[in-house]
Amino acid sequence: MRFFDYFRQNKKNSASQAKERLQILIAHERTSRNAPEYLPQLRHDLMSVIRKYVPIDDESVKVQVEKGAGFDVLELNITLPDS
Amino acid sequence: MSKVIVVTSGKGGVGKTTTSAAFAMGLAKNGFKTVVIDFDVGLRNLDLIMGVERRVVYDFVNVINGEAGLKQSLIKDKRVENLYILPASQTRDKDALSQDGVESVIKELKNEGFDYIVCDSPAGIEKGAFMALYFADEAIVVTNPEISSVRDSDRILGILQSKSRHAEQGREVKEHLLITRYSPERVDEGQMLAVEDILEILAIPLLGVIPESNAVLQASNQGDPVILANKTRAGQAYSDIVSRFLGKTVEHRFLDTERKGFFRRIFG
Repeated sequence: MRFFDYFRQNKKNSASQAKERLQILIAHERTSRNAPEYLPQLRHDLMSVIRKYVPIDDESVKVQVEKGAGFDVLELNITLPDS
Repeated sequence: MSKVIVVTSGKGGVGKTTTSAAFAMGLAKNGFKTVVIDFDVGLRNLDLIMGVERRVVYDFVNVINGEAGLKQSLIKDKRVENLYILPASQTRDKDALSQDGVESVIKELKNEGFDYIVCDSPAGIEKGAFMALYFADEAIVVTNPEISSVRDSDRILGILQSKSRHAEQGREVKEHLLITRYSPERVDEGQMLAVEDILEILAIPLLGVIPESNAVLQASNQGDPVILANKTRAGQAYSDIVSRFLGKTVEHRFLDTERKGFFRRIFG
């Protein structure tokens, strides 16, 4: 029986994999969909300011807007290179 | 009060036209004066699914451009009372559907006393799809239990909630989820997203589930909307969704694996 269960388990995985992948992707797409239009430009400007002082690559600046109750939070995440 | 309903999905090939044809015919069978409009300019197909392809004289773009009147462009269905079809144009001009033009046609249809105006959206998120959903009061989002279709449905829901006229006016477009090509057997085997999974992800009310069925292909071969095939599972499922849409409580069917009897298990 265990032999058959093995195959069944594998099959179970594909639908739950699909669900898991979708949940992550859609959550991500929904946050960027609701983001203000100026976000990409803001991110670009921030990078050029930071680059005056520290050399950073394109992926090291993350800008996100989180919706709160009655207020929104602009979240900046800047990873500096190892010195 | 007439209502504009868009049948949309983002992804192609999930059953928008099949649904538009069956749904519009179901509304008409329930006594409502209904028109179904093909918004897929350049790739007209609703006429084939409705079986009226040889009766097309004028189309949606002709009406918008004033080359033909609305009344002479509407094709009256011969099987069901109160049902009319407005075919898409075969022009390759993508800008043929202007916002003002579409609005004036919808307004005229409302004045003609139509209860329901069903807009069959093209796939994608370009002009035609946008025009089909812009004036909608309600939306039927057609989704297959498959990741790319679910993702695209979510995308379309985002557009409905931000770009439609209702959204611009701070109102909501009433959303309905319709899952098509559902196969309970494959869900049981863990190969297909279950209804509950899709509902959890998209988080909009479920209008119905259409099981995977040979009847859909047969119906399109014959040019009879599948709702007319009232002995088939797909036909019955479409009748159920129309009843549910009209406010009746109808239990969902065809969601579980059919129990095979002894003989069918051996010989089936």
